[in-house]
Amino acid sequence: MKESLYITIDNNEIPIDNEKNLLEIIRKAKIDLPTFCYHSELSVYGACRLCMVEVDGIGLVSACSTTPASWMKVKTNTEEIRDMRKIIVELLLANHSQTCPTCPKSATCQLQALARRLGITKVRFKSQARDLPIDDSSPSLVRDANKCTLCGDCVRICSEIQSVGAIDFAYRGAQTMVIPSFGKDLNEVECVNCGQCARVCPTGALTPKPEVDQVWKALHNPRKVVVAQIAPAVRVALGEVFGLEPGVTMSGQIVAALRALGFDKVFDTSFTADLTVLEESNEFVKRIENNNNIPQFTSCCPAWVKFVEQYYPEYIRHLSTCRSPQQMFGALAKEILASDLGMEREDIVVVSIMPCTAKKFEAKRPEFTRDGISDVDHVLTTQELGRMIEEAGLHFRELEPESFHLPFGFKTGAGVIFGNSGGVSEAVLRYLTEKLTGQKRENYEFTSVRGEEGIREASLTVNGREFSLAVVSGLGNARKLIEKVKSGEAHYDFVEVMACPGGCVGGAGQPVFANMEAMRKRTKGIYENDRMLQLHKSQDNPYITELYSKVLGEVGGDKAHKLLHTSYHTRKRITDEGMMLSPSSGEHSVEVNVCFGTGCFLKGSQRLLHNILEYIKVRDLGSIVDVSASFCFEKCDKGPVIRVGENIIDGCTVEMAQEAIERETGGFLQSEGRDHG
Amino acid sequence: METMRKFERVCEIVDRNGRNPSRLIPILQAVQAEYRYLPEEILTFVATSLGIPPARVFGVATFYSLFTLKPKGKYLIRICNGTACHVKGSMGLYKTLSDKLNLGDGRETSDDMLFTLETVNCLGACGLAPAMVINEEVFGQVTSQRAAAIIDEIITREAQYESDSSRIE
Repeated sequence: MKESLYITIDNNEIPIDNEKNLLEIIRKAKIDLPTFCYHSELSVYGACRLCMVEVDGIGLVSACSTTPASWMKVKTNTEEIRDMRKIIVELLLANHSQTCPTCPKSATCQLQALARRLGITKVRFKSQARDLPIDDSSPSLVRDANKCTLCGDCVRICSEIQSVGAIDFAYRGAQTMVIPSFGKDLNEVECVNCGQCARVCPTGALTPKPEVDQVWKALHNPRKVVVAQIAPAVRVALGEVFGLEPGVTMSGQIVAALRALGFDKVFDTSFTADLTVLEESNEFVKRIENNNNIPQFTSCCPAWVKFVEQYYPEYIRHLSTCRSPQQMFGALAKEILASDLGMEREDIVVVSIMPCTAKKFEAKRPEFTRDGISDVDHVLTTQELGRMIEEAGLHFRELEPESFHLPFGFKTGAGVIFGNSGGVSEAVLRYLTEKLTGQKRENYEFTSVRGEEGIREASLTVNGREFSLAVVSGLGNARKLIEKVKSGEAHYDFVEVMACPGGCVGGAGQPVFANMEAMRKRTKGIYENDRMLQLHKSQDNPYITELYSKVLGEVGGDKAHKLLHTSYHTRKRITDEGMMLSPSSGEHSVEVNVCFGTGCFLKGSQRLLHNILEYIKVRDLGSIVDVSASFCFEKCDKGPVIRVGENIIDGCTVEMAQEAIERETGGFLQSEGRDHG
Repeated sequence: METMRKFERVCEIVDRNGRNPSRLIPILQAVQAEYRYLPEEILTFVATSLGIPPARVFGVATFYSLFTLKPKGKYLIRICNGTACHVKGSMGLYKTLSDKLNLGDGRETSDDMLFTLETVNCLGACGLAPAMVINEEVFGQVTSQRAAAIIDEIITREAQYESDSSRIE
């Protein structure tokens, strides 16, 4: 038997069990050492210096970056350490825009909490706060650099966990800032709107973009019928705003609160999640039958969808064409409620309550707007709903529970587990196993797809065919998986991806949570919810059956396709302008534009461009042809791509380019009376 | 064709460095040698070809003061303002050139893109104080008159070059 090693922390012997650093052991010893830049899931940065402790024989060290050893005697609370912590926090405050009462992070801000904890009543240093512009260009997030402490949590989560890297440190010394590339706005760069940066931001430097005011305005407008839909993950987290433990289901109180706030109808996004299961499973069966676009990727997560659109355009056709449950709901509500109530579409206001910041972006996608009217008008995060309830002065915990409205308020457990990584896969399996065998199953749980790992694999044999599945959370993990699929190292039939680690329960719109334990409890709450419901399989939902028979027709049919499916498009990561390489001298010119985006670059756009320029020189067309390179035509799967005049040529060869240039320039040459022999 | 030649050079630079992200700094140095600054679209291109986010490249490019994202003049004048040079009147020198080239108030580059005027903190040539470097050439114990004369000489040379090349065309 291996003898356990001990370390002395403030005169107490604490066992060492594989902790990576002193900080973890100290926290295990129930001492809440303050930190700004430490997150167990991220790399150690050691920038904030708040976790300084004294180790006998060494002196002051930062606990987060010190490996524990059994000989260490650690003190966490000496006079020197206490003074130092105060100075650090005071210095941070001196650099900070101190508009606390009006800050969206007020009450959950870690800097504020620390100042209070350390008893700081006065900042002894002169204020160095800068008046930097606030970036609210993104539909999902607001970036206020005046409140940034440069802890780098956002930078690391964006690059290490999400593998996006939309923001990074720039400049140096006192000028150092965390900003998108070239100081652009957040909506002009590759940000996927997942908001994990805002989730880990200790202050108000990155926050979800609020839509509370617009929602109040709609609620106060007597001409509007305002309907709410609540995402699965919201019900197990909203209670936290009001002091309840994570994972406590508060659906009844949420419905009561929404009605008290003035919502006319309260529905459940889990209902359209049930609908998604039917549509997405049938799409999957068809793809399997035709051996077409396998693996099928889920499409419920808008951050993941944008990720595929900008990094893996060649896999866009693998995304399920199903709209997310939020958007299915929006489309149905505007279509059905408007006609049922005899109202215009614009007078039905659909408000989603989501655990997610990317859903704000999704609701504004042009695909989900018909005749200038969005299917989903406003998206509130769980946090924002909490704030509205507080503003209205409702005693949330004491509200008498109420039930969702029918028909879109009735769901099965399958629709509820969508809120958790693995939930979509499990819900699909619950349907597929019955659909493919034609037999009812007693058991409904598929625990093989549950778990905490960022990439989980499962296989299942149904009707003699083996299906392989992968469940992924975190976009960095998604990138790893997609690279494996690309290289042929792995094969899957069905892949579920949620951008946030742990799935929607860990979304950036959820109440601020400090540790992974909160997320575990929310997950547990979701599965308990499933177990408490009478029905667990989407196909058993009687209101879904009724919806198909009365409105939608067949699963995957024309009407269902119109309302419940969508399409995606490749998109640039960064907005930029092309680079003029060979400008013409004449007034009338033909534009030739060669794409140099990654996809095209790898497929030989450099050689192509060279040959085009040679050709123009040989043919003496330099005066009437503009040649430029641009960074993405958004058709990366078909590269190399060039544009000649108005025509886009996919998979372009030198010959094709020459022919197109010849054709386009022909007219000019004739009209100018030039001979091009 | 000049733009194309430069762009092909960038492709070459990236390839020569094995498209290795850890070679970012030498790549940026080579790109800057080609353009005299780091154009935004070229940085985006470098990031794409190295497979790293443009924000990371921007971060590196803005961290080191040797890199610049603003176009610089054909002649980069650096006036040393280290202790020795400062004592020997480098700021007077700076003022003379700044007035002569109509710069100042944050403007560092002349409109004709011929000159950029900067100060540096120490060239390590304290024995030659006050020191001035134009592109690669070092000038020691520079007086205001001498500095002005050097600039005039460059202007004359450039004007000559311009008229020569226009005659050839």
